Amino acid sequence: MNVKTISLLVVLVSLSLLASLWMGQQAYTWLPPQASAESKLVDDLFSFLVVLGSFIFLGITGTLLYTMLTQQVSRFDLSDGPPIEGSVTLEVVWTVIPVLLVFWIAGYSYQVYQQMAVRGPMDVVHMHMGTPSAYAAAAEAEPIEEIDVLAKQWSWAFHYPQQNVTTSELHLPVDRRVRLSMTSEDVIHGFYIPAFRLKQDILPKRTIEFEFTPVREGKYRLDDSQFSGTYFAVMQADVLVESPEHYSQWLTAVAKGDRVPAANSAYTEYNTRQEKGIRPGWPTIKPAAPPLVNQG
Amino acid sequence: MIESISIAPEQLKHEPPTGWRRYFGFSTDHKVIGIQYLVTSFAFFLIGGLLSMVMRAELITPESDLLDRSLYNSMFTMHGTIMIFLWIFPSLVGLANYLVPLMIGARDMAFPRLNAVAFWLVPVFGILLMASFFLPGGTAQAGWWSYPPVSTQNPTGNLITGEAVWILAIAISGVSSIMGAVNFVTTIVRMRAPGMTYFRMPAYVWAVLSAQLIQLAALPALTAGAVMLLFDVVAGTAFFDPERGGNPVLFQHFFWFYSHPAVYVMALPAFGIFSEILPVYARKPLFGYKVVAVSSLLISVVSVLVWVHHMYASGTPGWMRMLFMFSTMLVAVPTGVKVFAWVATVWRGKLRLDTPMLFCLGAIMMFVFAGITGVMLASVPVDIHVNNTYFVVGHFHYIVYGTITMAMFAALYHWFPKITGRMYYEGLGKLHFVLAFVGTNLCFLPMHLAGLHGMVRRVSSYDPEFAFSNVLASLGGFLLGMSTLPFILNMVGAWVQGKQAPDNPWRAIGLEWMVSSPPPVENFEELPIVVSGPYGYGKSEPLVSNEAALKPH
Repeated sequence: MNVKTISLLVVLVSLSLLASLWMGQQAYTWLPPQASAESKLVDDLFSFLVVLGSFIFLGITGTLLYTMLTQQVSRFDLSDGPPIEGSVTLEVVWTVIPVLLVFWIAGYSYQVYQQMAVRGPMDVVHMHMGTPSAYAAAAEAEPIEEIDVLAKQWSWAFHYPQQNVTTSELHLPVDRRVRLSMTSEDVIHGFYIPAFRLKQDILPKRTIEFEFTPVREGKYRLDDSQFSGTYFAVMQADVLVESPEHYSQWLTAVAKGDRVPAANSAYTEYNTRQEKGIRPGWPTIKPAAPPLVNQG
Repeated sequence: MIESISIAPEQLKHEPPTGWRRYFGFSTDHKVIGIQYLVTSFAFFLIGGLLSMVMRAELITPESDLLDRSLYNSMFTMHGTIMIFLWIFPSLVGLANYLVPLMIGARDMAFPRLNAVAFWLVPVFGILLMASFFLPGGTAQAGWWSYPPVSTQNPTGNLITGEAVWILAIAISGVSSIMGAVNFVTTIVRMRAPGMTYFRMPAYVWAVLSAQLIQLAALPALTAGAVMLLFDVVAGTAFFDPERGGNPVLFQHFFWFYSHPAVYVMALPAFGIFSEILPVYARKPLFGYKVVAVSSLLISVVSVLVWVHHMYASGTPGWMRMLFMFSTMLVAVPTGVKVFAWVATVWRGKLRLDTPMLFCLGAIMMFVFAGITGVMLASVPVDIHVNNTYFVVGHFHYIVYGTITMAMFAALYHWFPKITGRMYYEGLGKLHFVLAFVGTNLCFLPMHLAGLHGMVRRVSSYDPEFAFSNVLASLGGFLLGMSTLPFILNMVGAWVQGKQAPDNPWRAIGLEWMVSSPPPVENFEELPIVVSGPYGYGKSEPLVSNEAALKPH
């Protein structure tokens, strides 16, 4: 290799690196707003993986495209290429580097996971081990907001045990650790708020605890993320993150309201079809009666 | 040892039927069975493709306005099932059936009758599965994962439901696959020609061996899970019923213990195809052949240790999530070695960008992309966000269409002259490549964006914020559907009236190219005596010492 080739390579590598770093910045725009403390950690990790991935992708496809553009020969050229059968050095290099990358990515992911302190159903003990967690400042000092989540085909209900309030919208105080106790009445459902980057399956006959910290006021969407049957797509709920004052005002106001059946898309859609006699589909499990919720 | 096998005289008396009729009968010729597999699976590919286009038509608007929701759920369940069990598996088995005996210098598979039985089970369970469309309760609607308790819910109360039929079909498919696996492994281990040592086998044969070993090791888990689920559905047992003490997550373990390695059963032969085709059109030996060959086996080993990465959100404990994150990322190492070897094979080659080569290069680029998103999915924190979203749907379609189906097309074009004795039309082939490449990216790339924004998979209606990605994906999907038309025209047209193909139109090295196109019933007049490795491009060394004796005089 002469100086010219080496400097050309250096320029190409730097350009790919710059392009990859730019992609890493773009990556943040491919994601919903960062509404939980956890989402920032996840987005940084994702951006890092995009930088790494873009660099590898550019390197490989760039080489392939370059070869395709420059190495084509005419149909009448019957000669063969150089009979290179391999190179131990190269093969060692491109085995060792991916191994190191795997350790790096796995290590970084592990660290992020620790900081998120996602509580799996079997992690009775928190796995801190010295790493500062996303809610380090808030965690021990402030009280944890406890809310029960009940999923069934196809509705969400949220119960605030202290005030004995049930709603079909999830209201959360901003900047406060939330602990959900989630149960399902029938099949497996998934609790997923894209803006929080968090997801947890809810298993029937089990109570699954789940913690996170909302950090941005606003209205977000909760989806069922584990396929749960016919009306799976409409099993959604609004999530409202509010200032602590708004939140407690809302709680006191709603605690006075009467309990009425909640509006429920699956239930309405099913009954409309029944009344109109629309039967283009196959028999389905009937949607459960909408939960009784406090009137707001 | 091969010469010592004596053939009973009565077996020689029945001349197998010739002409088109043999393709509809119980032929024991591996080449006929290979074509039977390929044509049958392609028919199901078209059905599965039509179902996906119906889905894309529903999803082109956010509302659920084209299909009843139960029908939509049936569409994605059947699309997934058909594409996996009736297109990718049988088409790859068909190709391997045709090629493996030729490539290792054998006259047929080790167990020709078992081979035929394994094939004829495919139309049996295919038709069974299709028949479930006519049941009063409709087809299975629980997705191809068929997770209980959704899959065991039975609104009609009938004993024979779409779900029961679905499970039965999967079980029969499993039996067929195990028969095939036994046959392939035995054939590759016992039937290699003299001098065909393991490290003289083409990389494709290594890949098929690795894939079929996975089938033998992991498929029983799915079959066991399917039988238990069938009992839950029809006999009222409670293996997976939480109401009566069962555990629904146990099924997920059974399912993914097989169904993740199954991805490698599908991908490894595609990798083998790349390793086979690139050297021919780059006129260079496969770079690092031995490493590429052994990496297939390594992928098999690691692949059975990664299944929990599908269940990060299922309520698995933290240590399990971390362990499986690491093992999953490790798959990237032997896979990366293969990709680098392919790039190095092409590097400084004398490239001919014929249709098979274009499909291979396009597929490798899309595979690299899928590999990168795959590592992202392995990372637990990222996966917790995108698990069960369209990001995953986009990712695995880059594998199953962008990589495996594209590789299948590359293989069909490359070996078409050998299989049919005719040349395909290069112009139509290139048109097919362009449409398929653009269609795949247009359909599946926007899905990643929808998924990152939080669009959940398997929904029949969605939030209007995802509308743009979905319109693009639908247009791409329809383009992909159209792209098969030049392919069909090419294959049918060329088979009927294409130019006669010579024995070796690509000047490729390999035993299959040393016999006539198409090869005679017993492949080789005299068994080849192999004297060198499989990729002697640029070197003037003979592959066999008795080339003249391979063909009848």
